[in-house]
Amino acid sequence: MNTQPSDWAIDVHGLSKRFGPTRAVNGIDLAVRPGRVYGLLGPNGAGKTTTVRMLATLLQPDAGDARVLGLDLHRDAHRIRQRISLTGQFASVDEDLTGLENLRLLAMLLGFRGKAGRKRAGDLLDAFDLAQAADKQVKHYSGGMRRRLDIASSLIVPPELLFLDEPTTGLDPRSRNQVWDIVRALTDAGTTVLLTTQYLEEADQLAERIAVIDHGRVIAEGTSSELKRMVGSGTLRLRLQRPEDRPRAQTWLTQALEASVTLEAEPTSLSVQFSDTHKATEALAGLSQAGFPLASFSMDQPSLDEVFLALTGHHSDPEPHRDEVETTP
Amino acid sequence: MTQTANTPKTAPTPSAQNGPDLNTLMHAVERPALPGAPANVIAFGWRALLKIKHVPEQLFDVLVTPIMFTVMFTFLFGGALAGSPQEYLVFLLPGILAQTVVFTVVYTGVTLNTDISKGIYDRFKSMPVWHPSPLVGAMVGDVIRYTGSSVIVFFIGFLLGYRPEAGLGGVILAIVLLNAFAFGIGWVFTTLGLLMRTPGAVMTLSWLVLMPVTFASNIFVDPATMPDLLQTIIAFNPIAHLVTALRSILAGAADPGGIALAMVAPIVLTAIFGPVTMRLYRRQR
Repeated sequence: MNTQPSDWAIDVHGLSKRFGPTRAVNGIDLAVRPGRVYGLLGPNGAGKTTTVRMLATLLQPDAGDARVLGLDLHRDAHRIRQRISLTGQFASVDEDLTGLENLRLLAMLLGFRGKAGRKRAGDLLDAFDLAQAADKQVKHYSGGMRRRLDIASSLIVPPELLFLDEPTTGLDPRSRNQVWDIVRALTDAGTTVLLTTQYLEEADQLAERIAVIDHGRVIAEGTSSELKRMVGSGTLRLRLQRPEDRPRAQTWLTQALEASVTLEAEPTSLSVQFSDTHKATEALAGLSQAGFPLASFSMDQPSLDEVFLALTGHHSDPEPHRDEVETTP
Repeated sequence: MTQTANTPKTAPTPSAQNGPDLNTLMHAVERPALPGAPANVIAFGWRALLKIKHVPEQLFDVLVTPIMFTVMFTFLFGGALAGSPQEYLVFLLPGILAQTVVFTVVYTGVTLNTDISKGIYDRFKSMPVWHPSPLVGAMVGDVIRYTGSSVIVFFIGFLLGYRPEAGLGGVILAIVLLNAFAFGIGWVFTTLGLLMRTPGAVMTLSWLVLMPVTFASNIFVDPATMPDLLQTIIAFNPIAHLVTALRSILAGAADPGGIALAMVAPIVLTAIFGPVTMRLYRRQR
C-alpha cells in the first residue's frame, strides 16, 4: 500500500537450512506482495516453521538471498526486527503473567513508558475482546483467548509484516473464525501477513497466494483456484432417501461422471471423486430425475492430502521429520 | 459436515464488524523511540518479579532449605564440634549463607530451561531489544531470591541467638558479596540451562556438581582435621574462599584480600560462561 508494487514485502531466492543430515528447507523461492496475506501450506515437518524462523531473523539461513521489507536478512536483522512481528506456533506469551502484564512487558520493551504502555495494552485487550480477562493469568485462558492475546502481542507497535505460524492449529471452529476475522482486519489495515497452515481451507479463505511446501521445497505456487485446478478434484457425497436405490444409483453415477463410485458404510451413502464441477452439478440434478431421490449431498473441496497426492504422489501424513516438532512444551 | 445439503464452506464474513476494528489501533499509535539496554534489562527484571508474585511456590525451596539446614546442623553438631550450639552457630552461619545462595543459583538454570522451551523467547528474540537482556534481566530478578534467602538465614540465626560482631553493616556487606558471587557463578547454570534438555536434567547435574563442592569445604567443620588431599582441594574451592571472606566480614574483621580471593572464581566464570551462555542462547533451536 505504502510501497510501490514492484517492492516485494518478502523476496527470497534459494533459501536453505539444514539440521545435521536433514535438509529442513531446501532452496525455497518466495515473492510476497505488500498488504496481502500469503499462505505457506504444507504438512508437519515440511519446513514451514523453519522458513518463518529464518525470515523472522531467529535462525541463520545456510544459503540463499533474502530481502525482508527491502532489507537484507543477514546484514539488517536489527532493522528488520523493528518492522516485523512474529506469532509463533507455540503460544509466544508468558503463561504465568496476566494478559495485561504480558502486553505491558512488551510495550515497555518497545519504549512505551508507564501510562502510555498501560493504555496501549488496554486498547489492544479491548479490541481483541480480552478486557474481562485482563487480570487473569494466561494459563487460565482458553486456546482461542491465548491465540488472540498472542496476536495482540504482535501489534503493540503495528508491524509492516506479521508472521503467523499455524495460528489456528488446535483451535475450535469458533475461535478459528475469530482468528480469521482478525487476519482479515489486519490486511484491511494494510499489514502484510505471512501465514503458515496445514489446512487448505484456511489458506483458501485468507491467502491471496499460496505456496505449497513439501520436504523443504515449494512444489506449487499460485492462487487457491489455480492450485485447485492443478489438483482438479473434489468429493461429491450423496445420501439417498431409499437404501434399495443404491446399487442402481451407483451404476448411473459411474456412467455420468466416468469415475468410480464408492459405497460408504452407511447404507444410503455414496461418494465419488470429481474433477469437473459443472459435470458434478449436472449429475446431481440428473440423479433425482432418474428416479433416485436424495436425502442430502455435499461437495467437499480437495483436501490438503488430495493436493499433496496430486502434486507429489505421496500422502501428507506427518512423517517423522524433526524440524517442526522440536519443542514439546 | 459432509452430509449437509449446503456447501460445507464457512460463510464469508457478512460484514467488517465481525473482526476487531484494527484500523485505529494500527494507525493511531505513535511509535516510541526504542529504549536502550538498561531499560530492557529493567523490563525483564520486572518480569522476574511478576513471576515471583504469581508463582510464589518457586520460593519454597529457597525458604525451607536454609531453615532446615541451620536448625539441624546447629543442634546436631553444635555441641560436639564447638562445645555449644551457640558457638558453633558463629562458625556455621556464614557457611550456611554461602551454601543456601549457591543452591539457589541452581534455580536460575532450571527456570531458564523451563522458560526457554516455550515460545515466548522466540518473541523476545524477534524484537528489537538488546539481545542478552532477557537473560540478564532474569539474573537481576534472581538477586531478589539471593537476598531473600540470605535474610532468612540471618533471621533464623538471630532467633537461635546469633549476633554478628560486625552488626548491620556487616550483614549488608555479606549479602552484597553473596549476590555478587551468585551472579558470577550463575552463568555456569545458565549454560547448563541452555544445554540440557529438561529442567530435571539441569537440576540433577547441578546437584551432582554442587553437593561435593559444598560439602568438601569449610562450611561445616574446620578442614584442619581432614586428610591432606582434602585440605588441598578445599584450598582451591571457591566456595571455601567465599565462606572465609564471609566469616571475616561478619566477625567485624573484613579481610580485603580474602574478599578479593572470593571474587576470583565468579569473575573468571563470568568471563568464560557469560559468552558461552550468549552463544548458546543465540543459537538455541
